[in-house]
Amino acid sequence: MSAAAPETPLIAIVGNPNSGKTTLFNLLTGLKQKVANYPGVTVEKKIGECYSQHGKKLRLIDLPGAYSLNARSPDEAVLRDVLLGRRPETPRPDRVVCVLDSANFERNLYMAGQVLELGLPTILVLNMVDVAEQREWRIDAIKLSEILGIPVVKTNAISGQGLIELKLALSREDISPPKWQNAALPEGVKAALEHSRDEMRQAGVIHTRSSLLEPLYLLSDHDPTHYGIADTQIARIHELRSRMETDFPGWEDALVAERYRRIEELCAQVLKRPDQEIETITTKLDRILLHPVLGFVNLLLVLGLLFFLIFKVAEGPMGWIEAGFGQFGAWVEGLMSPGDFRDLIVNGVVPGVSGVVIFLPQILILFFFIGIMEDTGYMSRLAFIMDWAMSKVGLNGKSFLPFLSSYACAIPGVMAARTIDSPKDRLITILIAPLASCSARLPVYSLLIGVLFPVGEVGAFVQAGIMLGLYSLGTLGAFFFAWVFNKFVMKGSASPMILEMPSYKMPALKSILLQVWQRARMFLVRAGTIILGISILIWAASTYPKTAGDDSAKQMEHSFAGRAGKLIEPAIAPLGYDWKIGIGLIGSFAAREVFNSTMSVVYAVESGDDDNLAPLRDKLAAERRPDGRLVYTPLVCISLLVFYVFAMQCVSTIAIVKRETGSWKWAMFQLGYMTGTAYLLSLLIFQIGSALGY
Amino acid sequence: MPATLAELPVGSSAIVQAMPTGRSCLTRLREMGIVPGTRVSVTRRAPLGEPIEICVRGSHLSMRNHEAAFIAISAA
Ligand SMILES: Nc1nc2c(ncn2[C@@H]2O[C@H](COP(=O)(O)OP(=O)(O)O)[C@@H](O)[C@H]2O)c(=O)[nH]1
Ligand SMILES: [Mg+2]
Repeated sequence: MSAAAPETPLIAIVGNPNSGKTTLFNLLTGLKQKVANYPGVTVEKKIGECYSQHGKKLRLIDLPGAYSLNARSPDEAVLRDVLLGRRPETPRPDRVVCVLDSANFERNLYMAGQVLELGLPTILVLNMVDVAEQREWRIDAIKLSEILGIPVVKTNAISGQGLIELKLALSREDISPPKWQNAALPEGVKAALEHSRDEMRQAGVIHTRSSLLEPLYLLSDHDPTHYGIADTQIARIHELRSRMETDFPGWEDALVAERYRRIEELCAQVLKRPDQEIETITTKLDRILLHPVLGFVNLLLVLGLLFFLIFKVAEGPMGWIEAGFGQFGAWVEGLMSPGDFRDLIVNGVVPGVSGVVIFLPQILILFFFIGIMEDTGYMSRLAFIMDWAMSKVGLNGKSFLPFLSSYACAIPGVMAARTIDSPKDRLITILIAPLASCSARLPVYSLLIGVLFPVGEVGAFVQAGIMLGLYSLGTLGAFFFAWVFNKFVMKGSASPMILEMPSYKMPALKSILLQVWQRARMFLVRAGTIILGISILIWAASTYPKTAGDDSAKQMEHSFAGRAGKLIEPAIAPLGYDWKIGIGLIGSFAAREVFNSTMSVVYAVESGDDDNLAPLRDKLAAERRPDGRLVYTPLVCISLLVFYVFAMQCVSTIAIVKRETGSWKWAMFQLGYMTGTAYLLSLLIFQIGSALGY
Repeated sequence: MPATLAELPVGSSAIVQAMPTGRSCLTRLREMGIVPGTRVSVTRRAPLGEPIEICVRGSHLSMRNHEAAFIAISAA
């Protein structure tokens, strides 16, 4: 929306998480909004437009939620930096709409007070009037407006109640700065802050007009990601901070207490609430959903439903996508004249892209489900119940769902980790997520288990048992590495787990669908760019250089992929693999299930699709080395299975991890530690097994 | 009378007496409204003893025993 005239006022929507900012933003802007990321961080930036009552264009920005301007997470840092005008790509807002959850009025006033201290023209929105009503909390908006000297509007963002009043307030250009005294600081602290401000001004760290708040937030934030502050200054800021700490021990704590003292004074004038908490739907539901036994049963039901939707219900649409791409390929095949280009489309681009897009139904379902859980408030309960278990490996309850989602596919799992606010926990969750055995491993597991134990010889039970063992192995590995990363790799103290327990609400379907669509589009853009490119590369590697004949197995051997397989043979021979398996491993880096189709080509088996693994399985089981020994001995199968449990072989996940962590560093670290573990374990298994004579 | 919030039985309430200063893990709890003099009550404990859910200034939030043990309380 950079095309908008510069005089279009920019209005920021701020507030605590879950106060209804996004719902109001959607209500005001309709679908006229643009979603992007703030440069350098994975925080969503949403900008939209609406028109004032006088037909004047307004720009709205939905800022991330926060409990305090004293930032503790990347989300909160973005909010603070935008409000202080530090982000070059986002101008300092002209006006602020501060959204409060009326049913948590007193707690919400903390950040609202900090925002008022900034002195920008502000509109207070008391949202969730219906929930406050249920709790019998009464807020005197007129009096509040008189005291603060700014417009105060009561709204219900679901029903649209109060929207007209809000729009009227938005249209006003004469809103005066709020009458809210900045929190009183002891003389000594104030002098020290003024001194720091002068020093920072001279050093050019902050602009000359900055109030005391700039040095205040610079010195009190323990989160070092201040945007627009040069790294060279950070050391100095640290120094000033520790000097404050020794000269005035506990000054920050006193400041918080002072702010709450003023909030209590204000609440005494404008808020009436019952002495005893009123029974609401939330208290009643929590008695069941957080019940020691029933709560757990319910959780299992919810997760069961999730898995049913992801694995069973998604099957239909996934089949359609596969069939659709197949028909498209056939159509192109008929349309174009034979040649490399047709081959590229039919055997490279179409299967490559379809192999990723096929996960779209799972991703849509998962994000819809997560949206419902977050919107209704159940997500916090899930985190509450799971926190104890997750704390054993150093994570917290919020990591549970992203990890669980990764059993479907690591891509949405990694994306879902955005809901974790502690940066350290989020990073660890992203790093371990691909160890959950995703659905792309399933075809490979099936094939190799089939070779290991052909049905008939041993029952389906043994096969199922091995499958379960592989899933458990991955899960144990994930927990083990979470523990290791938490203990040895990640710096920074553990941030305390503090979880808000919001009241239960009806989900706002429109907002959820909008978010699902925004995420899905992001995924499809990936599939259309990076993954498309890699499909072409892999196709080229197995097509060139060409052999004369028609024999596809010969062609494979002769191609770059075949040569690469031979090239890595010395490295994988100690694991028990030959160069043909090497080709399969290389192909798997596009997506793990590609192993099956690659092996079908390598062994020139007619059909290698998932429904009919038998021909390929029998071929593998009969395959012999030049010296006549079997290639796929039980030991090799096990070694290969373990390799697939641990190895990072999915470029789409690598791309998403790069995007979500903001750098190649962690994506490469993940590739290294996972594949390294896979290699070592498979090596141990094969070498020890061989030594024992298996 | 239990000495810290971590020991406060479910269903009872108390007044926050003191919190050690200068601990960054407590800063956020303060900002969420737990400062000396505030009334807090424990709503429930998770099945395995942690976390606990408390009510402060009419808002519900949960935390682990580790943090709750820093919060000294006195009878309401
Ligand atoms: N009952 C009720 N629910 C609301 C109201 N406003 C928002 N919600 C719901 O509260 C939840 C959080 O809203 P959202 O806009 O995502 O909050 P944000 O985190 O501030 O962006 C969603 O489930 C909304 O549907 C309201 O006025 N009344
Ligand atoms: Mg939001």
